[in-house]
Amino acid sequence: MTVTDEAPVGGGTPRSGEALVELADVQKWYGQLHVLQDINLTVSRGEVVVVIGPSGSGKSTLCRTINRLEPVDSGRILVDGSPLPQEGKALARHRADVGMVFQSFNLFAHKTILENVTLGPIKVRKQSKAEAETRARELLERVGVAHQADKYPAQLSGGQQQRVAIARALAMEPKVMLFDEPTSALDPEMIKEVLDVMVDLAERGMTMIVVTHEMGFARTAANRVVFMADGRILETADPETFFSNPESDRAKDFLGKILKH
Amino acid sequence: MENVLANFDLVLKAFWLTIQLALLSGLVALVLGTLLAAMRVGPISVLRGVAATYVTLVRNTPLLVMCIFVFVAAPNLGLFVGMPFLLKGTIAVGLYTAPFIAEAIRSGVNAVHLGQAEAARAIGMTFGQNMRYVVLPQAFRASVPPLASTLIAMTKNTSVVAVFGLMEATARMRDFVNKNSDDTMLIFLVFAIGYVILVELISFAAYGLERRWKAAR
Repeated sequence: MTVTDEAPVGGGTPRSGEALVELADVQKWYGQLHVLQDINLTVSRGEVVVVIGPSGSGKSTLCRTINRLEPVDSGRILVDGSPLPQEGKALARHRADVGMVFQSFNLFAHKTILENVTLGPIKVRKQSKAEAETRARELLERVGVAHQADKYPAQLSGGQQQRVAIARALAMEPKVMLFDEPTSALDPEMIKEVLDVMVDLAERGMTMIVVTHEMGFARTAANRVVFMADGRILETADPETFFSNPESDRAKDFLGKILKH
Repeated sequence: MENVLANFDLVLKAFWLTIQLALLSGLVALVLGTLLAAMRVGPISVLRGVAATYVTLVRNTPLLVMCIFVFVAAPNLGLFVGMPFLLKGTIAVGLYTAPFIAEAIRSGVNAVHLGQAEAARAIGMTFGQNMRYVVLPQAFRASVPPLASTLIAMTKNTSVVAVFGLMEATARMRDFVNKNSDDTMLIFLVFAIGYVILVELISFAAYGLERRWKAAR
């Protein structure tokens, strides 16, 4: 993983570094509803892109198209230069390289915390159990839940579960991490512990695409903010510019609603 | 005159055959049923169709029809010729029970949160790995009660093969009644209690599994 020379805090030039994720002219419909319209987005290696927008704007769908949990109707999606394969073994290999963190954690309920983190490396990456466990314990240590390794997901708090989910994704050594509203299902006091792990990840140079409502995270960790509404990308800017000087009326309206009480 | 209590070894022998039939048929039904369930929820439409057709065909036909097919019709087609009766009985009861098992497991699959399968896909698991390591283990846990009901029904259904010359519990009971009509009530009680014990073992095992898996779901 090459870390780009831009500062971790805001203001980086959007196109520095080589393109890792590219979406070109992506379209998607749910029946009559055009949920993704003319999506063009390039994310460089090491870049942290935060996608924000009102609910129903298509930001989660956008995130989920990158590992084809949502197939698109037309357009091109490339990860590290290669287009997304159709369903099958090639797609599985592709997904192994793209880490994903869900809003509802989705830890494997019948596996212990340690098994949750080692399952992919053992079954997909074909690592030995010992090797996978050593790495898993390191990652659990890093996200601060090492002492919970032998418990089941239901025995952990939401914040702990989400940090395990991040460790599970990292165990696959992904090229890029997708976060689909990672803190939206959390109690307020647990949001920070998850965001701290994400900020740390960003500082280590991980390429991240984060769908979130956490404007604080966008300000501190994002290189770029993408604003979506009604299935379109309306605005792309560095966080400083976006939050202080949004261009579109929709963005002004949205920021006005969430920032002022 | 044959006294049921004086000839208790015959009762035990008959129930031993019932147990073998139940264990072997249960194994066939669980393996085939799991396979059918995986086919029905899988991505390959041909396999989905095959599994759905099998479930429709077999689940809607009486067990006796399946038995007549395996014991009488199939040998005419050159199938199962010279096979021991125990195996024929196993095939008939196993094939008949599989679709019920499949539907019980499928209800379990539907009870597994969609996010579980999505998370498995997201770390690069193939459909087969996803089923094997994530979805089916949880589906089994969720479908223990209907699976137990199905296996209980199956254990009692093994009595149907009595018609085809297997001296299992029901055939032996009929034999006792034919030879000793004075003791009919005692004979009934002995065999009824035998079946109750067998079936309670299944209920007990199911209850144990449910308790054991409570935390890990």
